[in-house]
Amino acid sequence: MSIVDVRTPDPKRFIPGATGDWEVIIGMEVHAQVLSNSKLFSAASTEFGNAPNANVSLVDAAMPGMLPVINEECVRQAVRTGLGLKAKINHRSIFDRKNYFYPDLPQGYQISQYKDPIVGEGKIIISVGPDRQGQFEDVEIGIERLHLEQDAGKSMHDQHPSMSYVDLNRSGVALMEIVSKPDLRSSDEAKAYLTKLRSILRYLGTCDGNMDEGSMRADVNVSVRRPGEPFGTRCEIKNVNSIRFVGQAIEYEARRQIAIIEDGGVIDQETRLFDPNKGETRSMRSKEDAHDYRYFPDPDLLPLEFDDDFVEALKADLPELPDDKKERFVRDLGLSVYDASVLVSEKAIADYFEAVAEGRDGKIAANWVINDLLGALNKAGKTIEETPVSPAQLGGIIDLIKDGTISGKIAKDLFEILWNEGGDPAELVESRGMKQVTDTGAIEKAVDEIIAANPDQVEKAKAKPSLAGWFVGQVMKATGGKANPQAVQALVKSKLGIEE
Amino acid sequence: MSVDLATVKRVARLARIAVSEEEAERMTGELNGILGFVEQLSEVNVDGVEPMTSVTPMRMKTREDIVMDGDKAADVVANAPNSDRDFFLVPKVVE
Repeated sequence: MSIVDVRTPDPKRFIPGATGDWEVIIGMEVHAQVLSNSKLFSAASTEFGNAPNANVSLVDAAMPGMLPVINEECVRQAVRTGLGLKAKINHRSIFDRKNYFYPDLPQGYQISQYKDPIVGEGKIIISVGPDRQGQFEDVEIGIERLHLEQDAGKSMHDQHPSMSYVDLNRSGVALMEIVSKPDLRSSDEAKAYLTKLRSILRYLGTCDGNMDEGSMRADVNVSVRRPGEPFGTRCEIKNVNSIRFVGQAIEYEARRQIAIIEDGGVIDQETRLFDPNKGETRSMRSKEDAHDYRYFPDPDLLPLEFDDDFVEALKADLPELPDDKKERFVRDLGLSVYDASVLVSEKAIADYFEAVAEGRDGKIAANWVINDLLGALNKAGKTIEETPVSPAQLGGIIDLIKDGTISGKIAKDLFEILWNEGGDPAELVESRGMKQVTDTGAIEKAVDEIIAANPDQVEKAKAKPSLAGWFVGQVMKATGGKANPQAVQALVKSKLGIEE
Repeated sequence: MSVDLATVKRVARLARIAVSEEEAERMTGELNGILGFVEQLSEVNVDGVEPMTSVTPMRMKTREDIVMDGDKAADVVANAPNSDRDFFLVPKVVE
């Protein structure tokens, strides 16, 4: 693989050292667990959290004579993902054995793809920002390849003083290893890349993207150089399991490398681990031959081949992806690029918004979803899946404002009630007397009372018309916020003899 | 292509096969004999010939995505030298 530098050094992203600026170069290998019922080469379940070794067939346990048979859904998922990454789909790919010994790998090799992966070069557009001016910058990040491989089992080291416990439930579950080109130039870009990749996988339904359950894990390759110079020696940080940690690991690792070089040292190419508790990376005490995997084609498996029709059928069934959805929200619903970006960031948020916007004004729906719903969810530390207010309820609020039943201010109160207690928006407005008073007679009565009770203010207001606002406020207070503000404004002005 | 003693020992270690100094020396000779025999193949011109990954003229069989196996933890660990509550137990390995 020849590495091409496609980026222009950008001082905004430089890291200042003691002797001048440095540029960090980042490439990522993401392991994404394929969403499927059964494993890549066996008919055992992939379900998370089952009893130890319950999801294990004799194939997964590598009993002698057992043969792998490929799961066609895993192949489809890999192709779908390739299409979502606008990548080249290889109609013929080959499974190889990657040989190493570890207790969680009963075969003594991992079935993977080496020279001929199922998916070739593609790309992801990431959005970095906002900067101080509130602007986002779109950056294209190249994808080198995607291949299918088996996951390993899981070891636990804290159950016994001298023994490790091994559970093979994950052994043989299909993974997609998605390798980026070394196109990333800051920890923010790396985080944006992972976020966008996860979003695409979730839209496609090919991986659930749950990093805390380990269904998405990242290996991060980091090197530093003087801007414009050739790439430096890289270190690989293994198995980072959250987007935030990826950012922290890169910041730490880049500065560690800069400090070594500025002190006159050289970087050793090595594999490192990120320690989230200490916020630092440390060297894995690997043996010199840890990377001698002696790949060779797996004689138990034939080449994986499919035709154009197979790919075209999957392409025709592909869901709308975040970039296309964003474009449609801007084009058809008149949303700002910023609002559209927020809404498409997660499929669940986009689905929620679309349910609210159905048959309603898109911009108003977007405002409610972004400012009120997402604001409240964020404050409560809830995800969109845990929202107490359904799209139908939020839509109900918007309808009640639109037909003049409630004011915008009361609508916020109604949202609070729905958030805390639930219920039907229209019924709540009825039963709690939250209806906007549009009856001029009633509003007039309230205005008259306030004017009669405050003769001093009346005199002042006649001299200084801007004081009319005080009367409007008093009337709104007296009516519990239910009076139509425009009607109150007009009445106050006419009663005080203030010109419109 | 030929192998030296160090390579033979290294390959043996990677494959977790214990070989004595004596065995390694004998195997170096044997392996070089085999490699020399195989070497004759490089005389054949294979320009433009696809590398062969399989000898059977058929497509790979696939499987539907249905769970039909598992729930046999007792069988899975039956031959393990050591196990506990359906986990395999191995001498502690910590990276």
